[in-house]
Amino acid sequence: MKYYDKLIFELSKEGRSACTLPLPDRKLELPETLRRSSKAVLPQVSEADVVRHYTNLSQMNFGVDTGFYPLGSCTMKYNPKINEEVASLPGFRDVHPLQPGAKGYEQLYEEMDKALASITGMAHFTFLPCAGAHGELTGLMLMRSYHESRGDFKRKRIIVPDSAHGTNPASAALCGLEVVVVKSGENGLVDVESLKPLLGDDLAGIMLTNPNTLGLFERDIKAIAELVHSCGGLLYYDGANMNALMGVVRPGDMGFDILHLNLHKTFSTPHGGGGPGSGPVGVCNKLVSLLPTVRTSAFHGNAGVILKAYAYILMLGKENIAKLGKLACLNANYIKEELKDCYKLPIDTVCKHEFVFDGLEGANTLDVAKRLLDYGYHAPTIYFPLLFHQAIMIEPTETESKETLDDFIAVMRKIACEAKENPELLHSAPHNTPVSRPDETLAARQPVLKWQSQ
Amino acid sequence: MSKIVEGLLYSESHEWVKVDGQVAIIGVSDFAQSELGDITYVDMPAVGDEVEREGELGALESVKTAADLYSPVSGVIVACNTAVEDDPSLINADPYSNWIVKVEMSDSTELDSLLSAAAYAASIEK
Repeated sequence: MKYYDKLIFELSKEGRSACTLPLPDRKLELPETLRRSSKAVLPQVSEADVVRHYTNLSQMNFGVDTGFYPLGSCTMKYNPKINEEVASLPGFRDVHPLQPGAKGYEQLYEEMDKALASITGMAHFTFLPCAGAHGELTGLMLMRSYHESRGDFKRKRIIVPDSAHGTNPASAALCGLEVVVVKSGENGLVDVESLKPLLGDDLAGIMLTNPNTLGLFERDIKAIAELVHSCGGLLYYDGANMNALMGVVRPGDMGFDILHLNLHKTFSTPHGGGGPGSGPVGVCNKLVSLLPTVRTSAFHGNAGVILKAYAYILMLGKENIAKLGKLACLNANYIKEELKDCYKLPIDTVCKHEFVFDGLEGANTLDVAKRLLDYGYHAPTIYFPLLFHQAIMIEPTETESKETLDDFIAVMRKIACEAKENPELLHSAPHNTPVSRPDETLAARQPVLKWQSQ
Repeated sequence: MSKIVEGLLYSESHEWVKVDGQVAIIGVSDFAQSELGDITYVDMPAVGDEVEREGELGALESVKTAADLYSPVSGVIVACNTAVEDDPSLINADPYSNWIVKVEMSDSTELDSLLSAAAYAASIEK
């Protein structure tokens, strides 16, 4: 592979262009206030320059099409190419979802609503939210509307466990709710006894991820649901870890009232690098009337992404979706068991689709992650969840073969040996990537966010 | 081994307090800065803000994570150290001479519940 790190501005030559457009017949009569005072600084390049530039850059990339990407709590599963093919069908591609007579899209939204309802146990969905955090905010606004629709304006607090994704408290704060943290017990699960004193008639609800970010199923979910419901609160389900439960357990049956799904995680649409994402929100029966109206003037969210996710659901069918969660959990447990003699496993129990090591004795987790890049793997999530100082969170997903898992396990064991025998190899890693260790501190303190001419 | 300065008071959430009459000068401990790593941003309260004991005082962002600052005492913010706001690396370089805020205390008996240097050393040993 050729090393390539140019900016397109560096290829620019005065007067060069990829095409010539005829000058307009008459002068454009833009008002003075709308005209630029100086020329736009744009790169001047030929078509070949443009194509080679972006092709070369794309080859410096890493993604699920190039290798294993075991990013905990992010479900980086393989994106089947049939999804793209379906989304490219002219009947969808050349039609705007809001165009009158867009029957195909109408049917898509209806069928997708039914499919997701049956997978999650919710009544209906809105497809407006464009990704996970957008879904969280939408869901919390629904929660607030529910209380207010009953004339109950005093519910200002929301409970979030200390293991939650950072987006949970952030979305709650944005929605004007006061976040109350419930601590996890020694076993990594929400402690029901610690939850009890936090309840009350000013509680809007609780946000839970199940399985949680330690990859552990909240076993007391039934008791938690009963407690929260009995004081008039609602249960919000963060769908980031839905992959573990696919086809096995439904959040609706556990007592959740509102949830969001990440189609770009659980339902195999592209994730990262701009996605784009999609974060549909589902609600139980008593909240259906509060859902944003879908078929009037509202936007349809990321229609193409919803189409790809629906293609995925149809491709798998009910019987294969039922296997999905189980295989995702099996893969995670396999890696965990094969590595737990050399990496610290703070909570040694059967995990769901992901698990957390508390690093490697005598080594920094950052160094382990950087060394993995040398062996051609994307690094797992590190330093999250915050409960463990040297956290490494691994989620293999169901789309990886046993051979891929075995290769990864062998490399992780090799890195554990290197940490003992030649720690410098880890401190200075990665050695085989185009860029070694960027100065993250300098980048954060003095960011350069756009090209600057000399 | 993190440095702990004798004569200061400490909170379990790793802030230190230097008492100057009715004013509490507040910063973060060496242990806190080393756990955070390179600090990239200091989120300051405003002078005149009222703070409660164990209430939010601001936040530190580092390359690794973000952490809230908690006020060891109740009172009113009387000064913010703009030098650390402009250059957060000062806290990494010397956490004890680079204070973050000064609080005029409303109840100086709250100081009694803070930790001595020895007690703080024992608490971070755990």
